[in-house]
Amino acid sequence: MNINQLIALAPVITLAGTAIAVMLGIAVRRNFILSFGIAAVGIIMSLMALCAVWRGSPVQVTLLIRMDVYALFYMALLLSAGLAVLGFCYDYFKDREGENEELLLLLLTALLGASVLVASSHFAAFFLGLETLSISLFALISYPLNQTRPLEAAIKYLVLSGVSSAFLLMGMALIYAQCGELYFSGIGRYIASRQDMNVMVLSGIILIVAGLGFKLSLIPFHLWTPDVYEGAPAPITAFIATVSKGAVFALLLRYFVSTDSYAYTPLLNVFSVIAGLSILGGNLLALLQNNVKRLLAYSSIAHMGYLLVAFIAGGSISSVLVVESVTFYLLAYFITTIGAFGVVSVLSTPQTEADDMSFYRGLFWRRPWLAATFTLMLLSLAGIPLTAGFIGKFYIFTSAADGRLWGLLLAIIVGSGLGLYYYLRIIVVMSMNVEATAIKPAQDWISAATLAVLTILLVGFGIYPSLLINIIQSVSYGMEWML
Amino acid sequence: MILPALICVLLLGGFAAWFSERWSPEVPRWVGIITLTFEALLLVLPYSWVEHADGLSSVWFADFYSPWIPRFGIGFHLAMDGLSLLLIALTVLLGFMAVSSSWTEIKCRQGFFFFNLLACLAGTVGVFLAVDLFLFFFFWELMIIPMYFLISIWGHENRTYAAIKLFIFTQVSSLLMLLAIVALVLIHHKNGGTYSFDYFELLNTALDPDGAFWLMLGFFIAFTVKLPAVPFHTWLPDAHTQAPTGGSVILAGVMLKTGAYGLLRFVIPLFPEAAHQFAPVAMTLGAVSVLYAAIMAFAQSDLKRLIAYTSVSHMGFILLGVFSWNLLALQGSVITMLAHGISASALFMIAGALQERLHTREMGNMGGLWFVLPALSALALFFAAASLGLPGLGNFIGEFLVLQGAFSVNMVLTSVTTLVLILAPVYALIVMQKVFYGPLYQYSLLSDVSRREWVSLGLLVLMTVWLGLSPQAVLNVSAPAMQNSIAMER
Repeated sequence: MNINQLIALAPVITLAGTAIAVMLGIAVRRNFILSFGIAAVGIIMSLMALCAVWRGSPVQVTLLIRMDVYALFYMALLLSAGLAVLGFCYDYFKDREGENEELLLLLLTALLGASVLVASSHFAAFFLGLETLSISLFALISYPLNQTRPLEAAIKYLVLSGVSSAFLLMGMALIYAQCGELYFSGIGRYIASRQDMNVMVLSGIILIVAGLGFKLSLIPFHLWTPDVYEGAPAPITAFIATVSKGAVFALLLRYFVSTDSYAYTPLLNVFSVIAGLSILGGNLLALLQNNVKRLLAYSSIAHMGYLLVAFIAGGSISSVLVVESVTFYLLAYFITTIGAFGVVSVLSTPQTEADDMSFYRGLFWRRPWLAATFTLMLLSLAGIPLTAGFIGKFYIFTSAADGRLWGLLLAIIVGSGLGLYYYLRIIVVMSMNVEATAIKPAQDWISAATLAVLTILLVGFGIYPSLLINIIQSVSYGMEWML
Repeated sequence: MILPALICVLLLGGFAAWFSERWSPEVPRWVGIITLTFEALLLVLPYSWVEHADGLSSVWFADFYSPWIPRFGIGFHLAMDGLSLLLIALTVLLGFMAVSSSWTEIKCRQGFFFFNLLACLAGTVGVFLAVDLFLFFFFWELMIIPMYFLISIWGHENRTYAAIKLFIFTQVSSLLMLLAIVALVLIHHKNGGTYSFDYFELLNTALDPDGAFWLMLGFFIAFTVKLPAVPFHTWLPDAHTQAPTGGSVILAGVMLKTGAYGLLRFVIPLFPEAAHQFAPVAMTLGAVSVLYAAIMAFAQSDLKRLIAYTSVSHMGFILLGVFSWNLLALQGSVITMLAHGISASALFMIAGALQERLHTREMGNMGGLWFVLPALSALALFFAAASLGLPGLGNFIGEFLVLQGAFSVNMVLTSVTTLVLILAPVYALIVMQKVFYGPLYQYSLLSDVSRREWVSLGLLVLMTVWLGLSPQAVLNVSAPAMQNSIAMER
């Protein structure tokens, strides 16, 4: 490893260093504000390091990690999401009893795992990143001690995550047995050199897809999702829904593009079934929910299905458009999901989690700004114009229509119709006429500021997406050069 | 710069109305009036813009372009021709009516109400102006959200159901349209190598007949849901019944017209061959809508629901006219749009006025109102007569031209449609009979037409008579645009 590679790795090293700093800080003096400060500064420094590294990319750091524009962009996305979640965590946990400082440490290690994941170009880094992320998540989910729900959720996640890791390892083993390579490009060379499909490789990829399907909560691997979403503290739910899923999806896309696995067309049929089931099943099940967190859980299943449609289109269209579509959609999904769970987190008190519909009754007239923010987030999830979610959906439509996936497009349209119903239900509940005057909200300045930034980004990218599209285009072209 | 200003004025006025609520709950409605006056001035004053059109045929009065999302060739492209001008004028006129009819009816959260009202109008004006398909879709979706809030917050007893139904119907159908738009653009991209959502670029895209048919269907469904025509009409009676009067006025007067506008502006010029082949089906749907909705109207006991069904019936005429492929029928459709916008809005205002006084929409609970409310009853009689197509009033001209134009194309269908000339008086007179004549239902003293109602309804009376007696002025404005789309068909 030379000095260039070390510099390229700076963002990851900063993140790891911050985690250690937070740990040492706790050892010296247990203070939530102090730990929060160190964590926030560390993430911001890591983000700045990303900007510095951007110029010199791509750099291959050993066989394991490749710091190219794609990795850097996704790292920036994940770190920003982490920063937003950190902000919500501050207000959520500051008044709670118990020792909450280690939560920040776990957030940092989870971010570290996610960052390694999006930059990995080798099965070893892939697995290490994923496990670092998952193990941090178990602890994060069950963080509120003395409560049964989070504990139940964490156990569920732990067991299913363990099973999915086993699938993943088995898949890697099968591929390694056939190709003799763990390096993505090496696998790509093997696949390209063979005319016919290899059954071992195919079953290996299917096992990997099953493993990642758990993390992405695609139907039929979705059973943990509603329980974990409901049980975890609201900011952590936002983290699972965005950082964990986003990083895994980014890796899946990189793996498929760089190993040329699109050549295995039967896989695309498998994906089509999974996507169709996720879209319809997620939306249908969401209709039945009265719990906002469970509702958003099912809606996130459907959103992963939408995303998968753009991914499938990669089988027949240029990967540039696919990477662009997936990236834009993920970014919009990040903003909206973090915003929506942020609202839930702001409304929650140390005694109760604000996940029942009744918490939202007449919210428009009690806390108009919060309700307006939530409405915008929900409209963006529904893909209504003026929001980034609409541009994202437009991208999905474009790539799917280019790939001629008419059946899946129909599923998206039906799913969106169903989706609208439950999103509107929340909006209706919020706009119910309850005789109440606007109350003075609690002093959650950090959360309020984070929500404001997210809302501005949401509407800004919805009205004027050109700037973002230009950046994302450079990312997707950077991906192209990698091949 | 006039064209974006037309949209911005309404939007900014909406925000101003929202924030002006802080001073007093009465301010927002005045802000609404001032905003609409501004808008009207902006529309009427610069009649000299005929010279400004550059790069387009003289059909287009004004044009505004600014790049928006260059990645996909999406531009903020607005343009105005005779059809847009007429429909925007109608929008502004009915905007005044909507504000006027909400004057005392809305008792809570006036600021947000008038914001939604004006935002809805802004979206509609945007729909009438956009000539970039992406931008069109943007406005098309945008006008639904405020309407959704108008119904779901200020509506009547069953408002949630009605509002969600409206939203889902229009949203799902418009996603079909989005899919068609995207597919059209991708085909254009394959042919020419550039992405463009611009209407004028896409006009001459070479399509294979099969593909053209499916794309046309995507647009057609979105527009007929909004129009609405049988079998996609079921959201309308619910939405109208539950909407506050101001919302009903906008919905019936302006929003339904966006569907008709879309058919005229997009379906026929973009897919002439496919639309031509589809014409018999579309015309049949139109004729079925005309007759079926007229019969349904007769069967209603809820006054607003009845008027809603008459709207479906009148919109059927437009569908019939648009797909008849000749200038006469197209011009008839335009007149029907305007005349129906005015008469249906007036009827909804009268129904709203009755509801404000009697607190019911059930016709069974009304009766003999002529003795108590003579002036309002006379106005109701006038608009009922207009709605049944009495010669001398606007609706007659429209229906006459449509029937005449359609007769030369499809004699049988037109003859059957003409039966509505019997059905329409039946439903119009049943309203008069049940509500205004007959034995007096017990009422305490009711106040007759107020000065505000006189001004607004009187204006609509004048407009209806003017449209009926001298439609040529309007026909002249829309003729070039209609001739243009006829020319494209060939």
